[in-house]
Amino acid sequence: MPETKPVLMQGNEACAEGAISAGVRFYAGYPITPSTEVAERMAARLPDIGGVFIQMEDEIASMAAIIGASIGGMRAITATSGPGFSLKQENIGYAIMAEIPCVIVDVQRMGPSTGVPTAPSQGDVMQARWGTHGDHPIIVFSPASVYETYYLTIAAVNLSQKLRQPVILLLDEVIGHMREKVTIPRDSRLMVEKSSDKVPADYKPYDEKGLTPLVPFGFGHYYHVTGLFHDQYGFPTGDPPQVERSLDRVHEKLEKYRDEVVLTNYIGHKEPRVVIVTYGCTVRSARAVVKKAYWNNREPVGLLSLQTLWPFPDKEVREIAKKADVIIVPEMNMGQIVSEVERHVKGEAEVVPLNRYDGEMISPDQISDIMGRWLS
Amino acid sequence: MPHIWCPGCGNGIVTAALVRAIERADYDQRDVVIVSGIGCSSRAAGYLNFNTLHTTHGRALAFATGLKMARPELKLFVIMGDGDCSAIGGNHFIHSARRNIDLNAIVVNNHIYGMTGGQHSPLTPTGKKATTAPRGTLEREFNLLDLARGAGATFGARGNAAQPRQLEQLITRAANHKGFSLVEALSPCPIAYGRRNKLGGPVDMLKELKESSISIERATSKEETELEGKTITGVIYQDEVPEYAAEYYRSIGKEIPVKSGG
Ligand SMILES: Cc1ncc(C[n+]2csc(CCOP(=O)(O)OP(=O)(O)O)c2C)c(N)n1
Ligand code: SF4
Repeated sequence: MPETKPVLMQGNEACAEGAISAGVRFYAGYPITPSTEVAERMAARLPDIGGVFIQMEDEIASMAAIIGASIGGMRAITATSGPGFSLKQENIGYAIMAEIPCVIVDVQRMGPSTGVPTAPSQGDVMQARWGTHGDHPIIVFSPASVYETYYLTIAAVNLSQKLRQPVILLLDEVIGHMREKVTIPRDSRLMVEKSSDKVPADYKPYDEKGLTPLVPFGFGHYYHVTGLFHDQYGFPTGDPPQVERSLDRVHEKLEKYRDEVVLTNYIGHKEPRVVIVTYGCTVRSARAVVKKAYWNNREPVGLLSLQTLWPFPDKEVREIAKKADVIIVPEMNMGQIVSEVERHVKGEAEVVPLNRYDGEMISPDQISDIMGRWLS
Repeated sequence: MPHIWCPGCGNGIVTAALVRAIERADYDQRDVVIVSGIGCSSRAAGYLNFNTLHTTHGRALAFATGLKMARPELKLFVIMGDGDCSAIGGNHFIHSARRNIDLNAIVVNNHIYGMTGGQHSPLTPTGKKATTAPRGTLEREFNLLDLARGAGATFGARGNAAQPRQLEQLITRAANHKGFSLVEALSPCPIAYGRRNKLGGPVDMLKELKESSISIERATSKEETELEGKTITGVIYQDEVPEYAAEYYRSIGKEIPVKSGG
């Protein structure tokens, strides 16, 4: 095990540190509350470790710049919040189609529009899923603590490299700005998962196998990168079978690695009657409730926290629905992940939404009130 | 080789000039990157045997900025249409110029949105017709070289598809310049622009381009009245100012690998 040292830091800073531990050496971004500390940390740290920090003219450019850097072989990340996340969408779709690894951090704030810049929210869950046009796959993580932010950022970077797929980290204002202890391994090189660099002479970046590593520009392999549907070398095609193949390809790799991508955590009773399914900062209130009800009072309750929001943890939620009578889904929005839960539960359990969108966190009391009603 | 361009389009001529200029600069093929936006002219990237990156509409310079900062030893040529560069991409254009990052922007100016069938662009001359300006546009056009210079560009040149040798030389000089370089290449789009504005066929358009142009060397000895209606070609400005990527790497104490060629 590497040596470790516990440090007190903010979620946003932990995100920056996680990225650095995972080998990220390129940051491009545009300031926006409540994400700015990610940029500031990167601006302070990257020059010392031979990395590149650049403040771009807007979020569209930031997204473009990290894709460009990634094609050059640097691990790259950008961070923003709602309004900037909206601007990045077209180029996120580009990265999906062209299969360029990159990580996008969205520290959610109240929206729509300029909203309440300093108030927490979980309103971008569906935007993260469907923000860019077309029938695309996406990976979205949502950490519930500073510690989880650090490790999920590392996972995001490595998965994005391995699957050549953008990964979105959906933080919220609470997690982004709260301070907690994180244990950072001293030898952070251990956190970098190397992708294979064995490449055949006739390199096809979009070949049939599906998980060919990206050979960066400048090493004598000539191929084309485009957002147009393309053949195995990346050249544009409008040929229907190849078009269909192009889209299947980006979906198949996620299906194949589904279990590596979908991360959840269950705590509580083995035979629960009421289970809370939630994510992000709301997990914190839910955990407080379950700790009291299960650990202190042995009530038949549990908590399934979703570190991965997309692809949606369908199997995990269905397993819960087989046991539980009731699934409570608290979210700081008007109900986004709850419809997904309902869709997969297929009536096997009662699904109860709990929504709050006044810029305040959902409190443990709010959750235990509802839970109590179903337990009595 | 199959391509999407109409007969008589200037895109092929400009692309050929670019390829000859790269050859002349004697770069290692593996170091050369062609970045482009979206439009007829931007499809050139897909026809060239280098590292080629066809991006999103207007964003080519922003992708190129990321790549150049990650790999400052690479030689980047960024092909854009007039709309791509100066309308949707205007912000990235002025900021690339301001940073003085070593990118070679080749803007194929056909005064129109070709790919989408002839809508007016910020480089459509006032009064000229477009599908979205059927009575002639009332808008004023940018002077692209002035715009770039105002934003801080350190190299600005103008050539045209009717004088490909000169264009090739201009691109070579842009490539040799350390900093943001702009080469505006005036180019005929007989289909989406020429026809609607009764400018004749491809040959007439090329002839007109040639006749209305005067090189900056010849222009300096002429009276202002003699230059009316003329388009000045050649290297219009060039200044030596620190280049951004090199400055950044110097500031962090990291060496940039030295590569062959200009
Ligand atoms: C975001 C976005 N908006 C609009 C378009 C549609 N579009 C494609 S090319 C183009 C204009 C191309 O004109 P220009 O840049 O002058 O290049 P040309 O085709 O004349 O070479 C437009 C508007 C697009 N692809 N993406
Ligand atoms: S529409 Fe115009 S610019 Fe486009 S290929 Fe045809 S002639 Fe060339």
